[in-house]
Amino acid sequence: MSNTKVNFGSVEFKNPVITASGTFGFGREYNEIFDISSLGGISTKGLTLNKRKGNKGMRVWETPSGMMNSVGLENPGVEDFINKEVPFLQDLNTNIIANIGGSTLDEYIEAVERISKEKVDMIELNISCPNVKEGGMAFGIKTDTARNIVREIRKVTNLPLIIKLSPNAEDIVAIAKACEEEGADGISLVNTFKGLAIDIDKRRPVFDNVYAGLSGPAIKPMALRMVNEVYKQVSIPIMGMGGIMNWKDAIEFMMAGSTCIQVGTANFINPKVSLEIVKGIENFMDRENIKSLEEIIGII
Amino acid sequence: MAKIICNEKLSEDMFLITIEGDFPGEMGQFYMIRGWEDYPLLSRPLSIHEINDGSISFIYKVLGEGTLRLSKLQKDDNITLHGPYGNGFPKAEGRVALVGGGMGIAPLLYTAKKLHKTVDILDIYMGFRDEALLVDKYKQYADESYISIGSNITDQLDISKYDYILTCGPEPMIKRIVEMKEDNHTKIYVSMEKHMACGIGACLVCSCESKNGMTRVCKDGPVYLGEEIFYE
Repeated sequence: MSNTKVNFGSVEFKNPVITASGTFGFGREYNEIFDISSLGGISTKGLTLNKRKGNKGMRVWETPSGMMNSVGLENPGVEDFINKEVPFLQDLNTNIIANIGGSTLDEYIEAVERISKEKVDMIELNISCPNVKEGGMAFGIKTDTARNIVREIRKVTNLPLIIKLSPNAEDIVAIAKACEEEGADGISLVNTFKGLAIDIDKRRPVFDNVYAGLSGPAIKPMALRMVNEVYKQVSIPIMGMGGIMNWKDAIEFMMAGSTCIQVGTANFINPKVSLEIVKGIENFMDRENIKSLEEIIGII
Repeated sequence: MAKIICNEKLSEDMFLITIEGDFPGEMGQFYMIRGWEDYPLLSRPLSIHEINDGSISFIYKVLGEGTLRLSKLQKDDNITLHGPYGNGFPKAEGRVALVGGGMGIAPLLYTAKKLHKTVDILDIYMGFRDEALLVDKYKQYADESYISIGSNITDQLDISKYDYILTCGPEPMIKRIVEMKEDNHTKIYVSMEKHMACGIGACLVCSCESKNGMTRVCKDGPVYLGEEIFYE
């Protein structure tokens, strides 16, 4: 039996497979289908300080080899998360990553301070949501803005802090370096690509918010390239994601430089896919006689 | 993975697909279905039309890439089903009317089959735009059945005659029924339709606002009390 354990900085994961924020809720629904404690970790639905209803109008649109979403961070707010979801999540035998978003720096700070008192294993700071007009991705486009928010957040939490980057950033390598310099413990990338779909009969955008986030296999080659570029320039570990549909894609992301990988859109197609990816990685390690995943991380 | 028993064309763009296997399901629940490997990316939510010993069936209308591919599948082709998902219709009692408009008739056959032996009265109302489909299958379970083609089926409906109305179909039809409810005792349950991705309540792309707050049509629905929903 292969040992799939990886160390992501100071945090040990029993395997590198994590379900991506926004695709797995708080785990309850999937836990009815399989034992989610067999995963390396879960990144929660994106949380904001206060409850959000999310975007109106169409929220999903299928594209060739991908899908666009415009959920707009619908979530119960940090307090409700702590009261209703953390007790459930704490009983699982998997790492819990609290994904935090916000509209203003103060909102981010307050949410992170509040979460930091709870038993979660990591914080994933979402500075890359393309679906919230007043914020989210606005923090993840320009290097200086990203640097500032990471600096301020680092002051208020001792939890391991990873920053989730946008592929829409003006210079993703520069942003990743800035995150490292400001004390982030890791980087996760990529969030969705900003895209547009038009209803030609109505002569208007499909989404009320006009632009929406593209995910799925369509983005995989670009996401993989960005992971590789960032890996070569930073020394903190990376959680790679973007169109991972199976264990082979997961191995590609590890070879490109990811210590852990996140599975998102694929959960919708097969709710057990993350479990199958864990098994696929184990089989690959056995077949290739790999003792530790360290042997393949970043070999490209 | 399951095998297709038959995939029958009912009209220009409507099909009845029957799949081999003992599948569980309650009236008004749905399955996420894909009759292809990788693309289109997402599965399609289809409500249970009928469950028999050794088979399950669905009806669907060809609207886009996914349903077009479904329509081309043949006997013995493979198909993947995840489910059953959703809350389904309640166990109605007393005098019950099922009201379906167009494709909205889909979940009402299994519902009729489940209810007709236990309720006092089961009437079925079916509205179609161009031609009536599958009517005889429904009639076998109905005390009275009402059909309209090209006009509003709701014109024939007096909701005060019933304890329960279970309905599925275009939103304007559902809205007309809900608006008929004044102070009477009739409980109106509506099955809503939305684009979905996960089908299990995790991704929130089918969320909409109800009078009780945000609700996930795939998980908290698709069936709601009529007055809980905001209609467009």
